[in-house]
Amino acid sequence: MYAALPKTISGTLPAFFIPMPLLENPSLISESAPVSPWRTFASGHWNDRIDVRDFIQRNYRPYERGGDFLSGPTDRTLALWEKIRELLVRENEAPGGMLDLDTKVVSGICSHAPGYIDQDLEVVVGLQTDAPLKRAFMPFGGYRMAAAAVESAGRTVDPATTAIFKHRKTHNEGVFDAYTPEIRLCRSVGIITGLPDAYGRGRIIGDYRRVALYGTDRLVADKKDQLAHATAAGMTADLIREREELSEQIRALGELRAMAAGYGCDVRRPAANATEAVQWTYFGYLAAVKEQNGAAMSVGRIATFLDVYIARDLVEGTLDEAGAQELIDQLVLKLRLVRFARTPEYNELFSGDPTWVTESLGGMGLDGRTLVTKSCFRFLQTLHNLGAAPEPNLTVLWSERLPESFKEFCAHTSIETSSLQYENDDLMREYWGDDYAIACCVSAMRVGRQMQFFGARANLGKTLLYAINGGVDEIQRVQVAPPSARILGDVLDYEQVKAAFEHMMGWLAGQYVGALNIIHYMHDKYCYERLQMALHDREVLRTLACGIAGLSVAADALSAMKYAKVHVIRDETGLAVDYRIEGDFPKFGNDDDRVDSLARWCVETFMAKLRQQPTYRNSVVTQSVLTITSNVVYGKKTGGTPDGRRSGEPFAPGANPMHGRDSSGAIASMASVASLPYQDSQDGISYTFSIVPAALGRDPLSQVVNLTGLIDGYFASGGHHVNVNVFDRATLEDAMAHPEKYPQLTVRVSGYAVNFVKLSREQQLDVINRTLHGSR
Amino acid sequence: MAFASPLLSVTESTPVSIRGRLPVGRVHSVESAGMLDGPGIRHVLFLSGCPLRCLYCHNPDTVCMKNGELRLADELLGTIARRRVFLKRGGLTLSGGEPLAQPGFVKTLLAGAKALGLHTAVDTSGHLGARADDEILALTDLWLLDIKSFVPETYRRVTGGDREPALAFARRLAARGRPMWIRFVLVPGLTDAVENIEGLAAFVAGLGPAVERVEVLPFHKMGETKWALGDRPYSLAATQPPTAEAIEAARVIFRAVGLNVF
Repeated sequence: MYAALPKTISGTLPAFFIPMPLLENPSLISESAPVSPWRTFASGHWNDRIDVRDFIQRNYRPYERGGDFLSGPTDRTLALWEKIRELLVRENEAPGGMLDLDTKVVSGICSHAPGYIDQDLEVVVGLQTDAPLKRAFMPFGGYRMAAAAVESAGRTVDPATTAIFKHRKTHNEGVFDAYTPEIRLCRSVGIITGLPDAYGRGRIIGDYRRVALYGTDRLVADKKDQLAHATAAGMTADLIREREELSEQIRALGELRAMAAGYGCDVRRPAANATEAVQWTYFGYLAAVKEQNGAAMSVGRIATFLDVYIARDLVEGTLDEAGAQELIDQLVLKLRLVRFARTPEYNELFSGDPTWVTESLGGMGLDGRTLVTKSCFRFLQTLHNLGAAPEPNLTVLWSERLPESFKEFCAHTSIETSSLQYENDDLMREYWGDDYAIACCVSAMRVGRQMQFFGARANLGKTLLYAINGGVDEIQRVQVAPPSARILGDVLDYEQVKAAFEHMMGWLAGQYVGALNIIHYMHDKYCYERLQMALHDREVLRTLACGIAGLSVAADALSAMKYAKVHVIRDETGLAVDYRIEGDFPKFGNDDDRVDSLARWCVETFMAKLRQQPTYRNSVVTQSVLTITSNVVYGKKTGGTPDGRRSGEPFAPGANPMHGRDSSGAIASMASVASLPYQDSQDGISYTFSIVPAALGRDPLSQVVNLTGLIDGYFASGGHHVNVNVFDRATLEDAMAHPEKYPQLTVRVSGYAVNFVKLSREQQLDVINRTLHGSR
Repeated sequence: MAFASPLLSVTESTPVSIRGRLPVGRVHSVESAGMLDGPGIRHVLFLSGCPLRCLYCHNPDTVCMKNGELRLADELLGTIARRRVFLKRGGLTLSGGEPLAQPGFVKTLLAGAKALGLHTAVDTSGHLGARADDEILALTDLWLLDIKSFVPETYRRVTGGDREPALAFARRLAARGRPMWIRFVLVPGLTDAVENIEGLAAFVAGLGPAVERVEVLPFHKMGETKWALGDRPYSLAATQPPTAEAIEAARVIFRAVGLNVF
């Protein structure tokens, strides 16, 4: 049976929750909406049931023209941004890169009194704690990790709080109670890395729009109805779990109402205008990031939804364009401030303090109309108004049929800021419809109807070495996989190694999915996302999102064995520790099917092994080819590989060709990556593309048109995701030498954007050493 | 001539009528995403062989025919066909080396690209313009005509060759109304004399509406490392790229005669 879920405001009140003064003070809450919130909206199914997509489809206005209508920032926004910038500078200089953090109060939706930056300047209100950039204490993913984060900032956790967690188990402890010795070994040698077993799993997107469209009263009524129906003769474990979860969801919605009331807003009712719609939606999101420190806390697909409200206010004359842009600018400023306390080890893996506040823009509807609205432009405009920034992680859902004006505005924004990523809407719409959003980097999910169990990634490069060495780790020299025959002889035999590799993948898939099943069982139990799941349907599709790192290493290694001669260098015990290649061989990233087919074989084969595993909650297994920035750590933990990569050298990020091996130009590189099968990698295939501005064309207009053409071509070829970086190597080198000159220099790494100066030196060098198209 | 090329003997004066299409030719290298050689995104084939020996050549390893790899046009066109989705607003550019050193191969490639519905461009010095027969002219949507200099002595100093074939080819393209982008490489101390630039500007202005634009390309040293591998000395090691002001000054000269300058 289940241990108690985190106690909440309406349960017995633990000492570490501060009381909510405003709960008892309804006079602070504004009166009920002056006008009907749903006035002038076209009605439909959405009136009778919770269905945001239906509301959008019946009410939004596609926008097919250019960005000339856009406004600059208001004085108020600029003044606020100036204050935030000062805070960001101080944050950068603070110990552990954390300006301040709570060491006593356990974070929850109602744990802190309302916080402000400067109330006179804030059009959108709400902070995670009572002060900007003060990080919350979030121990339910793992107390030890939360305490270590506090210590890395040179502080200690309050003794009273520590005492509570002597009695209160957290997710991390649950996981380690259940892990087998073999799984622990896989973890410690680094054949599986980054597992969410000590921190929040994230990658769940609450449908925060529901708060604005329906108000919490309606959402609570809906959940109560679900609870009433969650019965059967006799109780099964599944049903008991569901009833407890629904009860927690209802409770979380109550806390959301109370939190908003603290800021003087009554979210029991639907939002009645654009300002409220932005605020209510943000409150939904804010409640989520007060409760969960998930690795990726994405906001969803809110631009076109909010546009319906903005368009109505513009028609009613209660808002002008400057005011509309101010709303979006200020919302984005709030999203730029989301923070979680992290440990140095975490930062090494996911460098640069990312939060993946991913917002998905654009795309096409199933009916053929574009989902681009003026507010999609307004979100992009924030990068011009406020300068480049890594968060929110703005993601353009690209379709060949997007309005050209929007495509070109996106390309222009990429050239100016290197802050955007693009994903193939024409590909994903077939799988996920037209109201999905991207969680984290590349994970598509229907908003409010689907979630994933995040699973980090397994190391394919190391798996190949295990195949050669009979399951012995090449660095730590311990037997990790069950002993199998070592590959003997001076030269590696392609067929023999490939068969052993496939066998080893089967073993790894079992360990990997086993670990994930344990993790998500425990996360549901000890660190359940009450609020985010309250903003989901009762029936959700759950995916179990596995992943692979080192794809190009594995593919090139197989190619080297097949087309060149790979000599083995052995230590005194006969263990293969390095390789020497005689002759040339095709390398992934040159549109050469001899090796691209081997990369596809790796993806398909590992996916087939994963599909054979039983999964927690009958989740559907998927995988991604994505490393985030862990390609550096993975490389560090992996010995020399038969593709010629030296021991400890970084892998390529995501599905990228290895640095410098894609030597046939940008399109050949893109074509190789685009050939990887999405059907066997439905959690996404990440590709990071970097080019110098001068190589894009001789004048700004050509550069925009050509970048548009590259993205169009890549997606038409079947590519799934691309990060676009447009910069000169010299700029990055100067930023390494003089970080103070580049506080906002943003680069795309694998699936997210990051302030370049916040990367570790190793990560910075990795970015600089990548293939930079157009440079010689 | 300082650097005699075997090609020169068959090319300089007599127009050669090339009717045949050759299925095979020598290719030095491929750029799958060229965005500087013609409009849009271009598949650029760098063909081997060149009769000129320009001091600033940034692909000195392409001048020798033997440095190229023998490739089948069908195979090259197959790759281009697969990548058509990238080239919708661009096309195929043949560069080099001097593409017109292999006119039969050029013709096959251009015809193949046209059959794929692609825009075609040829990047040439014009020195072998006489080798481009009417069919090649018809198959080429855009000529990137690099006129190395206007003052004859300067032209010879830069290229080791005579300027007349290039000017004759420019006039021929103008007379046929074939679209051209004229290119001029600005090298400090070598091509930057005012009379050189003014003379070229006046000549180009006289070509009429077939000239769609003029590109003033600043000299750069990206090719320097490739020179080290060859047997000719690199004489511009001490030369620096032109300043932004010098580039603008050259552009002003072209603009002054009504040309569209980039």
